[in-house]
Order: sequence, then C-alpha cells, then structure tokens
Amino acid sequence: MAKTAVHLADMAQRSTSFPWPDAPEEDQYSVCVHCGFCLEVCPTYQQLGDENHSPRGRVHLIKEASQGLLPLDESVINPVFTCLDCRACETVCPSGVQVGALIEEARGQVHYQEPPSGLSGAVEKLFLRGIFPRPARLKKIRRLMRFYQMSGLRTAVHKMGLLKVLPMHLRELEAVIPDITEQSALDALPELMPAQGARKASAGLFTGCVMDVFFSDVNMATVRVANRNGLDVLVPKEQICCGALQVHAGDREQARKMARHNIDVFERTGTDYIIINAAGCGAALKEYPELFKDDPVYHEKAEQFSSRVRDISELLVEVGYERPQGEVNCTLTYHDACHLCHAQKIRSQPRELLKSIPGVNLVEMVDADRCCGSAGIYNLTHPDMAGQLLERKMDDIPEGVEAVVMGNPGCMMQIKAGVERRKVDLDVLHTVELLDLAYRREGNHDERR
Amino acid sequence: MNGDKVIRELVRILGPSRVLHKPHQLHTYNCDAYVAKTSLPRAVVFPESTEEVARIVKLLHENDIPFLPRGAGTGLSGGATPLNGEVIVSLVRMNRLLRVDFDNLRAVVQPGLVNLTLTRKITNKGYYYAPDPSSQSVCTIGGNLAENAGGSHCLKYGVTTNHIVAAKFVLPTGNVVDIGQPFGDPVGYDLLGLVVGSEGTLGIATEITVRILKKPQAVKTALALFDRVSDASDTVSDIIRAGIIPAAIEMMDQLAMQAVDKSNYYVGYPADIEAVLLIEVDGMAAGVEETSQRVVEICKSHNVRTVKVAENDAERALWWSSRKMAFGATGRISPDYIVQDGVIPRSRLTEVLHKISEISRESGLRIANVFHAGDGNLHPLICYDSRIPGETEKAIKVGSAVLKVCADVGGSITGEHGVGIEKLEEMRFLFTDTDLAAQLAIRSVFNPKDLCNAGKLVPKPSRCVEVRHAQRIIEQNADFFGGFQEQTELMSPSK
Ligand SMILES: Cc1cc2nc3c(=O)[nH]c(=O)nc-3n(C[C@H](O)[C@H](O)[C@H](O)COP(=O)(O)OP(=O)(O)OC[C@H]3O[C@@H](n4cnc5c(N)ncnc54)[C@H](O)[C@@H]3O)c2cc1C
Ligand code: SF4
Ligand code: SF4
Repeated sequence: MAKTAVHLADMAQRSTSFPWPDAPEEDQYSVCVHCGFCLEVCPTYQQLGDENHSPRGRVHLIKEASQGLLPLDESVINPVFTCLDCRACETVCPSGVQVGALIEEARGQVHYQEPPSGLSGAVEKLFLRGIFPRPARLKKIRRLMRFYQMSGLRTAVHKMGLLKVLPMHLRELEAVIPDITEQSALDALPELMPAQGARKASAGLFTGCVMDVFFSDVNMATVRVANRNGLDVLVPKEQICCGALQVHAGDREQARKMARHNIDVFERTGTDYIIINAAGCGAALKEYPELFKDDPVYHEKAEQFSSRVRDISELLVEVGYERPQGEVNCTLTYHDACHLCHAQKIRSQPRELLKSIPGVNLVEMVDADRCCGSAGIYNLTHPDMAGQLLERKMDDIPEGVEAVVMGNPGCMMQIKAGVERRKVDLDVLHTVELLDLAYRREGNHDERR
Repeated sequence: MNGDKVIRELVRILGPSRVLHKPHQLHTYNCDAYVAKTSLPRAVVFPESTEEVARIVKLLHENDIPFLPRGAGTGLSGGATPLNGEVIVSLVRMNRLLRVDFDNLRAVVQPGLVNLTLTRKITNKGYYYAPDPSSQSVCTIGGNLAENAGGSHCLKYGVTTNHIVAAKFVLPTGNVVDIGQPFGDPVGYDLLGLVVGSEGTLGIATEITVRILKKPQAVKTALALFDRVSDASDTVSDIIRAGIIPAAIEMMDQLAMQAVDKSNYYVGYPADIEAVLLIEVDGMAAGVEETSQRVVEICKSHNVRTVKVAENDAERALWWSSRKMAFGATGRISPDYIVQDGVIPRSRLTEVLHKISEISRESGLRIANVFHAGDGNLHPLICYDSRIPGETEKAIKVGSAVLKVCADVGGSITGEHGVGIEKLEEMRFLFTDTDLAAQLAIRSVFNPKDLCNAGKLVPKPSRCVEVRHAQRIIEQNADFFGGFQEQTELMSPSK
C-alpha cells in the first residue's frame, strides 16, 4: 500500500479542481470517515439507491475533486446539485461532517466555472439574481401576482387553458399560490410594536421574502405572538432577502452582498434578538459566518449577528411564553422542516408550543423529519425527485388529521401542492398561526393588522 | 463478447437507469468503509430480482468478467472493494420484506433490506430481528449474512449464523440454488453454514429466511464507570461467573469516550475514568429487576465509581447510541482510523489492553478501544492521518501487531468484521498453508473461475507447493466440479 505515498506525491503536482475562492476545505471533508451511517437518512439515496447521490458519496466526490483526482465535471456537478441541502445526514453523522456547507461551497465552485444553464439556470437567474435581491422588483412581482389573482385574470387564464403551456409541476405550484395579501408585513407594519405587559427583550423581525409575499399573515401572527409574550418587535425597513436560495444555488458572491447588507441593517437596529419564522432563512442567517471565511471584518460582524438570530418557536421557549387560554379544537400533525430540525436542531420547541394550546391533539407522523421535496427552489429545478418526495410525505400524513403544521414557507407551498394534487381536506399551517389563533380566542387580545 | 458488448448487454437486461458504467459514475464505489485501499469497478448494476441477478451473473461468468456483490458498503475489511475491475452487483434495490410468519417466527427478506428496517417493520407486533451490529441502521441483511455480522446483543442471542435458516443463492456460475432449511436442522452438508461468512466469494444471496424473536418483556440497562480497566474487566468475568447471561456487556476506554462525547451523541463521561461498562439484562419482568440489582452489586464489589440504571427509554437509547456511534465518532479526534477486530479469551483482557497500549506508545499512534466485553471481541481503533507520508502503512502494521497479540493469547483475528482484503496476511497467524489450500479448494467448487470477489478472505498459500496442491485438488476433481454445474442446473428452481 505504497498508495498513500504516491498519492501525496501526486497531489503535490495535481492541481485542485476547486481553484476559486471559498472552496471546500480539507479540514471539513477529511472529517468524513466513510462509515456510511448517513446513507439511509438521505432522501435522494433512499429514492435512487445510487451512492453518487448519497452524503458519503457526495463528500467523497468533493474530496476527490478537491485533490484533483476528478475534474469538476458532471461526475461532481450532478450529485452536488441533486442534493436537497436538507442536512438529514448531519443529524446522524457521528463524525460531525458539515455536509451542507461542503455542498454549498462545491456549488460555489461550479458557479464560478460555469454559470448555470437550462431550466434550472433560467429559474435561478430570474429568481436569484433578478427578483429576490431587489426589494423593488419583489414588490412589483407581488403587485402583478395580486393583480393576476384579483382581477379575474387568473380565472380567465384557467378557463382558456393557458396554463397548459407550463410544465405540470409549475402548474401545480400556480394552483396553490396563496391569495396574495394586500400588503407585505414589511410595508404594513410600523417600525416598532411594543411588548404587552412586562418587557422581556427586544427583537428585530426578519420578514423573509417568500414568507412575506405569500404568507404575510404568518409575519403578522409572529408579531402578535411575540408582543403578547413580552417582546418589543422592530421591523427594520431596509432589510432584504436573506440570500439562502443564492447560497443553495452556489451564487455565494451575490449571497455575500445580501448578507453584508442585512448585517449592517440589523446592527443599526441593535435589538437583543433577530427573530425569523422561516426555517430556511433562519438557518441561512445563523450560517452567515460561513460566507465570510476570507473576510475577517465581516466574519466578526456575522458571528455577532448570528448569535442573535432565533427561530420564533425557539425564542418563545427560551424567554418563556404564556400558555394560551383560547381553545383550538383540532387534530393535527407536525412536519419537521429540514432547516429547522436538521440545520437548527429545533424539534421540541414547536411541538411544545402546539401542545400548549388547549384542544390541540398532536399526532406524530412517521419520518416527520424527512424532506418534503420543497428544498428552496429544488422543486422547480428537480421536479421529479421533489415530486417523489412529496408523494411519500403525503403518504405519511396520518389518517384523520385536519391540519399539517410546520415552520417554513417553502414546505407550506410544497405540501399545499400535495393537498391540491390529492384533493384532500387538510389545512396547511404555520406553528405561530395556531398559537396566535389560540391567543386571539382568549378574547382580550388587541388585534393589530 | 468484449467488455463494451457486455455492458450493452447489461443495459439491455436492466435498462439504462440501472447500470452505471461511465467512468465518472464509478468513483463512489471505489471502496467500502475500509478506505486504506481503493480501486474503480468496471460498472455498477442494480438488479431487482433473483432472476435478474442470475441473468447478470450468467452473462458475466460466460464472458469471464469479474464481479462482486455489494450491500450498503459498510464493511470494514474491504470485502466490497473492487480490486479487479469488477462489475459491482448492488443489492440495495432488492430491499423488500417478502413474507412474515409470526406464528413460526420466520421472515423472508430480500438481501438489500436494511437490518434495522426489518425490526422497524415488525416491531408494532412485538417482534424484532436480534443481530444488531452497530451499523444496523444502514447495513443490509445480505451483507450481514456474508460477514456473519455480530453485535452487542449477540452475547446472549448469537451472531448472524444463528438467525439465518435458509437462503436462495445465485452461484458464481449464474445457477440458482436453495440452501438451508426454514425449519429443522440442516439436512445433508451444512452449506448454509458455509456460505454465511463467505464474504461474497461463494455467490450472491438473493432471498434470505431469518428467525425473528418476540421482544423481551423487560429490559434494564446499567452504565458503570470505573477508575481502572482491570476492575471493569473483573466485573465482566464475575457477572458471567455468577451465572448471569446479560443481553449485552460493552466496554469503552477513555479515548473512545472522548470521541463520542465530542459527537452528537454526548453522554458526559468523566475525563479521569479508564473504562465504562454498558450492561443490559432482559427477559421476564420479575427476573430482570432482580438480575439488574445483582449486576449493580457486582459492579460495586469491584470499586465501581458510579453505576446507574437507565431511568427511561430515552436515557437507554442515548447510552446505546453513544456506544454504537463510537467508530464513526473517532472522526472527531482523528482524520482517519482503522478499526481492528480481534477476539481474545475474556480473562486475558487486562493483559491484552496493556500490550495494546504499549504498541500504541511505541508507534506513536493513539488507539481507542471499544469492546464487546461479554464475548471477548475487541475493537481497537487505530488513529492516523493519511496525509502524513507513511502513516497509513504504519497504522496497518500496528493493526497487524494488535491482531498478533490476540492470536498469541489463543484468540482470533476477526470476531465479526471479516477478513476481506484487510486481514489476508493475518490469516497466516491462524492457518497453515495446507489449511488455506483446503479453504481455496472449497471456494473453487462454488466459484470455479474465481470471478466472484476474487482475492478476498483466503490468501493464496505462500509456498508454491501448496498452490500446486490446491490446483491439483481442483484438477483431480475436474469431473466433480464440472458436474456441480450440471447438478445445480437441475436443482435450480427458478428457471
Ligand atoms: C461504524 C461501523 C460499525 C460497525 N459495527 C459492526 C458491528 O458491530 N458488528 C459487525 O458485525 N459489523 C460491524 N460493522 C461492519 C459492517 O457493517 C458489517 O460487516 C455489515 O454486515 C456489512 O453489511 P453491508 O450491507 O454494508 O455489506 P457490504 O459492506 O456492502 O459488503 C460486505 C461483504 O458482503 C458481501 N455481500 C454483500 N451483500 C451480499 C449478498 N447479498 N450476498 C453475498 N455477499 C454479499 C460483499 O461482497 C462484501 O464482501 C460496522 C461498520 C461500520 C462502518
Ligand atoms: S458523512 Fe458522516 S456519517 Fe456519512 S460517511 Fe462520512 S462520517 Fe460517516
Ligand atoms: S443534505 Fe440531504 S440530500 Fe444532501 S446529502 Fe445530506 S441527506 Fe442527502
């Protein structure tokens, strides 16, 4: 086995296939001991049985590319892009490999080498560079979509069968796009909403873009619930999209710009905490420091920023919450959003909150923490895999439940698409929506809208 | 047919989505969980039925193309690593539970079914599959069969071979045979005994009938912390001397404790103890309470620092994960490791551990120890860094030296991880060239062209006399070997 020696000598000459900045680091991939314990929890491996599409396989390919044993071609690119970035592998990995970070960095290298093309390229360009980072455009889209829904145009389009030009999965998504509220929370809310009763701390609300376009009600509910539990809520108006989708797609340059902006904005706001109700954004905000490995100044700032970020369920349990007195009679099940349970290790808090509501009967579903296939814009770029995972998720929803509850807008849209597809009678809700309802049913709550 | 034609034929049989053959698709199959040696396969195929496996194997056999079976690739001795450009026959898509006979305690599974998945599927009826390798959440029952896998609870319940009663096997010629006996003892030669533990060198299991057990009524698990290894070791001997048959007794040393405590499976072991014992008793509720009390007493009589019985399932589960994740968690304290798998007479533990720490000191490589203490199966984890020139070689040598110690005290070089490519040389600690030649002769009965997982399990006898001897046996019995194929063709039910 003189292999290793040869290997090392080779490596010295062989140049890495990851020559660009912010590449996957040896310290990270060498942590993998190749035990395979992550295989069975990986949704793509479960579906395909192909080790190229498993966590161990992906890390192995990243390692080989990094050492120059493989070129940065389809061998690495396909597996790295079929990853859902769901982090289920990180939850089980005994060795502590940060698979998510490695995947994101590897995607970054691909992004440098070849800007994305094809369907996923078009989707990414439109959404990730064109819309999400630009609040003005986001607003315009929001208005257009609302116009589309409200003006009767939607009905007309449906009647004329115009949607048939869209691929099936986009048609399904169109069908479940919730009615867009008149105003986003970011626009509608005043800059400061004071705590009710004794003030425990202050929190800056990160409104999120998908959440705020499609589910701004959830943001409103979050504010009410936070106020109710002694938190001053501030809404910094200059905040922009968190950049999670850009990170997932490998567009780290764009993500860094957005992160810097948000870090500055929330630094100025200076609240004790930064609260977020979208799991994907929450995970991204907590991982801002990973984006600034090569920038000591912002790395420091990002650390500071991240240490203040809390998911709303996490913060309520941390600072203490009042048990609601209003009843919500409902049998429900909880779906663990990947970026809540795997990326942020938040599992018990939302369940605790739900169980605290009088009348709620929480029935656990099997494999509640298996990805539903939404995974950011994965359901747009990889509709087949996303569709298979959605089917499995729908199969797992226990009989007799009236609602599926979760903590992430992407999952909410995906599971709504599943509900639509199966024509079942099932509400899809966010944890704070139920909690808010319970508080409001106490009857003495000041309803702000 | 040349290689390309064979690939085309494979694609024709299985369809393009179930054959990986482009060079860029093959890298993740260049080794299993033993990473010290890597080599690319020619292709990877994913059959879904016995018939497909048989067709593939027949094709490969006829065209003299080497192949090997692979399950989850968690093997620790390189059994699924393609040394000869094999076509890898991956069984992960054959992962169905085919039938369960609760009345007679039998389940029929496909080989790619994951060990723990079987238990999960029958647990709500109160049954389980007993062999529990630490890798049970991922490894396949086919892989378990091939490695005769053991696990923590095999002290009381026995290893894989005690739980497999019959199998459908695709021989390396492509013929399908049924071996074993779903009920009753083997009739004729115990071929099942032969293929269990054959490490994929005698063919491919495609359907396996296993015993399932009723879950014990009660379980008690104790965690005992010891200042000295010798006390822990005496405790183990005393428990067994007292006539208690625990379901499991596991030991970890300080370095192993440090590794798991750095992982997601944190228990919080004190930094100044030498050994922790995890002792589990199970059975009827009444007896278990009493036995666990006796276990606690015995620990106390051996200077235990603290001993605690798990208060609830969550605590018990955490202690077990901490033990079962110990190998993987070694990645927290070292970039690479080799896990060895020696067996020793239990009473020699203290002495052997002492020798291992000497080897560690001399080599400068840290060694963590995890131990199925009840049955004397020792897992020294040799920590190294493959990036440092020469260290992989050194770690391999250290592993070998450790196995020598085990063999010298009357033990064995493998308890459950198999020989694979890793321990080929160490086979010579146990067997003479004549012994090895006899084993090779058996292999050639099943595997006449040596196409199926060649170069694993049994080393070639070192002296050429013995090689010639083995060859002579085969030549002299040419009729028999030829006849074997005909006979199996007659026997083969599924054609
Ligand atoms: C962290 C860790 C902990 C482990 N703990 C234990 C333990 O406690 N006890 C233990 O015994 N082992 C343990 N192992 C080793 C390993 O998990 C077992 O050997 C397991 O049985 C391998 O199963 P697999 O499906 O991964 O097989 P693979 O690794 O894919 O293959 C193993 C061997 O079986 C052959 N094979 C696979 N499928 C078939 C089939 N259908 N028919 C014929 N041959 C086949 C292969 O050719 C190969 O030689 C551990 C491994 C790891 C990484
Ligand atoms: S990522 Fe973790 S669990 Fe997966 S093979 Fe590597 S060390 Fe094992
Ligand atoms: S992040 Fe999810 S999809 Fe990606 S490798 Fe890990 S488990 Fe698989």
